Amino acid sequence: MPDADGPVLSVSGLRKVFGTQVAVDDMSFDLAPGRSLAIVGESGSGKTTVARMVVGLERPTAGTIVACGRDRSRPARNAGERTRRGREVQIVFQDPYSSLDPRQSGAAAVDEVLRVHHDHDAATRRRIVGELADLVGLDSRQMSALPRALSGGQRQRVAIARALATEPKVLILDESVAALDVSIQAQVLNVLADIRDERGISYVLISHDLAVVRQLTEDVLVMQRGVVVERGRTTDVLDEPQHPYTQRLRASVPGPGWKPTRTLRRPA
Amino acid sequence: MSALLEVRDLTVRLRVGGSDREVITGTTLEIAEGEAMGLVGESGSGKSMTAKAIARLLPAGAGVEGSVHFAGTDVLALSGADLRRHRAKVAVVFQDPRAHINPVRRIEDFMTESLRTLEDVPRAQARTRAADALEEVGIDDPARRLRQFPHELSGGMLQRVMIATALLSRPLLLLADECTTALDVTTQAEVMAILDDLRRDRGLSMLFITHDLELAGAVCDRTSVMYAGQVVETSAADRLHADPLHPYSAALVQARPDVTSTAERLVAIPGRPVSAFEAPSGCRFAPRCPHALDSCRSTEQVLTGLDAGRVRCERAATLRGRLLDPTESPTESEETADA
Ligand SMILES: Nc1ncnc2c1ncn2[C@@H]1O[C@H](COP(=O)(O)OP(=O)(O)OP(=O)(O)O)[C@@H](O)[C@H]1O
Ligand SMILES: Nc1ncnc2c1ncn2[C@@H]1O[C@H](COP(=O)(O)OP(=O)(O)O)[C@@H](O)[C@H]1O
Ligand code: SF4
Ligand SMILES: [Mg+2]
Ligand SMILES: [Mg+2]
Repeated sequence: MPDADGPVLSVSGLRKVFGTQVAVDDMSFDLAPGRSLAIVGESGSGKTTVARMVVGLERPTAGTIVACGRDRSRPARNAGERTRRGREVQIVFQDPYSSLDPRQSGAAAVDEVLRVHHDHDAATRRRIVGELADLVGLDSRQMSALPRALSGGQRQRVAIARALATEPKVLILDESVAALDVSIQAQVLNVLADIRDERGISYVLISHDLAVVRQLTEDVLVMQRGVVVERGRTTDVLDEPQHPYTQRLRASVPGPGWKPTRTLRRPA
Repeated sequence: MSALLEVRDLTVRLRVGGSDREVITGTTLEIAEGEAMGLVGESGSGKSMTAKAIARLLPAGAGVEGSVHFAGTDVLALSGADLRRHRAKVAVVFQDPRAHINPVRRIEDFMTESLRTLEDVPRAQARTRAADALEEVGIDDPARRLRQFPHELSGGMLQRVMIATALLSRPLLLLADECTTALDVTTQAEVMAILDDLRRDRGLSMLFITHDLELAGAVCDRTSVMYAGQVVETSAADRLHADPLHPYSAALVQARPDVTSTAERLVAIPGRPVSAFEAPSGCRFAPRCPHALDSCRSTEQVLTGLDAGRVRCERAATLRGRLLDPTESPTESEETADA
């Protein structure tokens, strides 16, 4: 068994090249159990590519990824290993439409994951489906509805419940709350905080929204063109950004007294 | 202050599968020359429909009541050449530039089409005006950009092309519908700065639609908040955040996480936002409002002046100044109010 105090996810020297383009270059980080790490940065800076490599949807060009003490830099050798990897690290994408099966209710989706990953009888599975529904704040009517009958926020909660069904040690949230309305986003962020408190799960939060990052994470990595340009405690990095890119990112967030500044040339 | 745009009691119904569906109800707002009005609210609240009604871009078969006056003309009565002129004076920029541009035509053709067809501007002259407009929004080497295709430009650059194109017809009013939502925050700041300059340099008026209260507060003069097809509050933009008049505005302010401080727990609004046709009678926000009383649910709420703003809530004067107070427990105050 992996060391209980060691990182639950450890990435080092990670690199990904698409053709001639370096999408991710020499990225390293450790994620401790129960902690949350944000990855921020401009569009195209490589955030999703990192996430896809960690969950095994993309093969690294170089570098190592260790989750729960086991290397996952190479493709899984057999179905059992693939399933175990899926159990340890789960991901929720931005768009719940594309990640849910349109013909399957939330309850059926969660039940299917439980059958694949655990050895429970039907009654136990039903109980767990109910517990997960409670955790994400969906009632039984919503859990038995098809995705198209649910709002975006409800669908996103189904996606989170399904990801949690494997009892992952790490949950990657790639812009998972970005498309939600303000009032629904607050509900989902509270749910995520509750789940972390109850389950000791670790999050990797990929987000453009620095306020959301502040609310949910303790540590942050700032990426620009595939490279980590700054890292540290989220509060420190947001309150006193050091790297010019982080400073520009922080200065772009509107707030009281904010005036947008123009960096591009203006005609005379 | 003379209003350039005056929208009065605007109600819009769309035909959906043989029946009418109300999407905005009794919207009232006005924008002065050179003024930026923010329009904020959650999805489905009717922000885009309001913009489309003003630009006369509603889907065919839409039923419209109320009035829209722009620079003194009755917009809802326009047709033919007058309507085309109106659409040139009121420019619209949408959220997703790629959805509104033909991918197989060059930027130049897209930008100059209406100049050449509507105003008979010769091609060479239209090209020069397009290049100047691109410079105005901070795009370098405009001659090269004009020869390129949309896929060769990033999202932020394409959005600036859309703004530049909208400006070519020398509009008096810009309807910006979530035009920075799909952009990186750094690009968003850039586009906002450009819009700010245009307002100052050209005296352009703007209806700035966004779900981002902070952004509206920072760049607009006044902000209107929509809920379920109705404007529920109009206030000075910088005040809305610190001193909201409507419980929904206050709830929006509190639900948003803050980049400068971490909340113990976010104050979430229960339930989900609804559209006009799904809304209950009486106060449409009542099912989600912590201050709701029985009378709220049984009475249609009307937009009423309060201080320098307007609010659609019968309890607004009573609740004034208490809406953001964390020590204020709604249930307790309700008990005293009920007694
Ligand atoms: N399958 C692929 N083939 C080729 N290039 C790719 C592929 N996936 C990503 N890229 C490129 O790799 C870079 C990083 O992309 P990635 O999706 O990781 O960015 P991101 O930081 O998640 O951006 P966003 O904030 O827009 O989601 C980009 O330049 C992108 O175009
Ligand atoms: N073409 C359409 N046909 C029918 N209903 C529509 C159409 N466009 C928008 N709606 C509905 O009108 C309501 C208001 O929409 P919209 O103005 O786009 O909201 P917002 O821009 O505030 O998100 C929503 O319920 C939406 O589903
Ligand atoms: S009228 Fe009543 S229910 Fe509606 S917003 Fe005001 S206090 Fe809340
Ligand atoms: Mg991404
Ligand atoms: Mg809209």
